[in-house]
Amino acid sequence: MSAIYILWLRELKRYTRSRVQIVASMGQPLLYLFVLGFGLGPVFQRAGNGDYRQFVSPGVIGMVVLFSSIFSGLGLLFDRQFGFLKETLVAPVSRLQIMAGRTLGGATVAVLQGLLVSLVCVIAGFRPVHPAAVPLALVFMMLIAVVFSALGVAIGSSLQDMQGFQLIMNFMVMPLFFLSGALFPLNGLPKVLELATSIDPLSYGIDGMRAVLLGITHFGAFTDAVVLVAVGAVLLVIGAYRFSKIEI
Amino acid sequence: MIQVRNLVKTFGTFTAVNDVSFDVAEGEIFAFLGPNGAGKTTTIKMLTTLLRPTSGAIELDGLDPQTKQNEARKRFGIVFQDPSLDGELSAAENMEIHGVLYHVPRKLRRQRSEELLKLFELWDRRAEQVKKFSGGMKRRLEIARGFLHTPKILFLDEPTLGLDPQSRNQLWTHVKKVNEAERVTVFLTTHYMDEADRVAHRIGVIDHGKLVAQGTPKAIKEQTGKESLEEAFLALTGSTIRDESAGSADQMRQFARMWSGGRR
Ligand SMILES: Nc1ncnc2c1ncn2[C@@H]1O[C@H](COP(=O)(O)OP(=O)(O)OP(=O)(O)O)[C@@H](O)[C@H]1O
Ligand SMILES: [Mg+2]
Repeated sequence: MSAIYILWLRELKRYTRSRVQIVASMGQPLLYLFVLGFGLGPVFQRAGNGDYRQFVSPGVIGMVVLFSSIFSGLGLLFDRQFGFLKETLVAPVSRLQIMAGRTLGGATVAVLQGLLVSLVCVIAGFRPVHPAAVPLALVFMMLIAVVFSALGVAIGSSLQDMQGFQLIMNFMVMPLFFLSGALFPLNGLPKVLELATSIDPLSYGIDGMRAVLLGITHFGAFTDAVVLVAVGAVLLVIGAYRFSKIEI
Repeated sequence: MIQVRNLVKTFGTFTAVNDVSFDVAEGEIFAFLGPNGAGKTTTIKMLTTLLRPTSGAIELDGLDPQTKQNEARKRFGIVFQDPSLDGELSAAENMEIHGVLYHVPRKLRRQRSEELLKLFELWDRRAEQVKKFSGGMKRRLEIARGFLHTPKILFLDEPTLGLDPQSRNQLWTHVKKVNEAERVTVFLTTHYMDEADRVAHRIGVIDHGKLVAQGTPKAIKEQTGKESLEEAFLALTGSTIRDESAGSADQMRQFARMWSGGRR
């Protein structure tokens, strides 16, 4: 247990010490929030979908949590290169605990980032229809964070070095984001796109947040939660397995 | 304490460790010597559960590190040849993480951490981020950290790499101390033959993945008919320089440098 805690704490310390990165990671979501918020807002409104800023805020929050948790999972690659990974891998602690510490740490950081961007959204005019449901939205944020931290660790364990990083960004993280319905409603999509969005776990996370905060939902909040828990569990198992097989 | 039988490790078609067998007795200081790329680090990685052998058998304190990973890990401590610190954290935090991972009780952890940081003259800078340390200071911290818990077997992979004479002395004095006082078995590698001659009870010489000689420093000198261990080493391994092809570890190091350089 203490091993899980100390590795969790390590992730947190590294996060709080990288102020520049915290600010930098807000750049892209703010762009989406403001540029798309103001740019698409009128069209969205005319199409009868309501206020786009309201709609896109949970999407932007989900995006930040996605990026942040995948990155901290992939932090494994940095640790491999800077050598610290070896130090944890030879310690007399089961790899499961080490993986758990890292994943929880990464997920916590992602939730903190999510809260930070939520605050920005509120300042920018985001008003949850159901303020009492904020804790529920937090639960969805945590689920997204765990799912993608575990995915990050699974991928990070399978890659040898940073060369695969761009590949992962362009062919996995960006598609996960764009297909999640973060920026557009999931209703009435072409068949192919609908299929793609329905196998993207982030769709369920963002849909869940919209469901509890705005009362807009495609899958239903309960389905969202079940899917996220199930996918999270599977990814944790895969991540733990891949992690236990790391050789240096 | 350490038993290695017919150990082999291949990377693709390249054989890094080729049919190596040796024993290290409890309480012994064993120096593993060999030119660059001979297979020393690869052997240590297999002994410490970081790499799976291609074939052959290993026993650490009677345990197979492949099947009884956790039990085996409880038996040893290691100072790596490559950096293994968290640069974003302070020296004290790096020590603390190590202490927790190795189940050193809190009070003892703090006390030993202080002793060791003082011994290796890092106490004054304990709160500083490690990335701001000089190369030698980082090295000293790695070593101090390696001594934080008391393992049965201590692996030291080129521990004196980049250290000044003062720190080297400090290190070997400390190694001898834990070896004598706590009967820690030590498995070390170094490129300084005089160090090996001074501290090691027994020596194994590896070249191109094969063990070419084994015995006390005296026996090895006699066997080759040389005065010094350095001459004996050259007689055993030849005097050509090894073209150490940039292995993946080196490439990674380069990458790491690129990244950290690019960030600042
Ligand atoms: N992961 C790897 N993939 C491919 N080749 C490797 C790998 N690791 C090591 N090697 C190769 O195996 C050989 C032995 O490497 P090793 O690191 O064990 O040498 P060493 O004896 O520790 O040398 P040095 O004194 O330079 O530290 C080298 O030729 C190296 O390039
Ligand atoms: Mg080496």
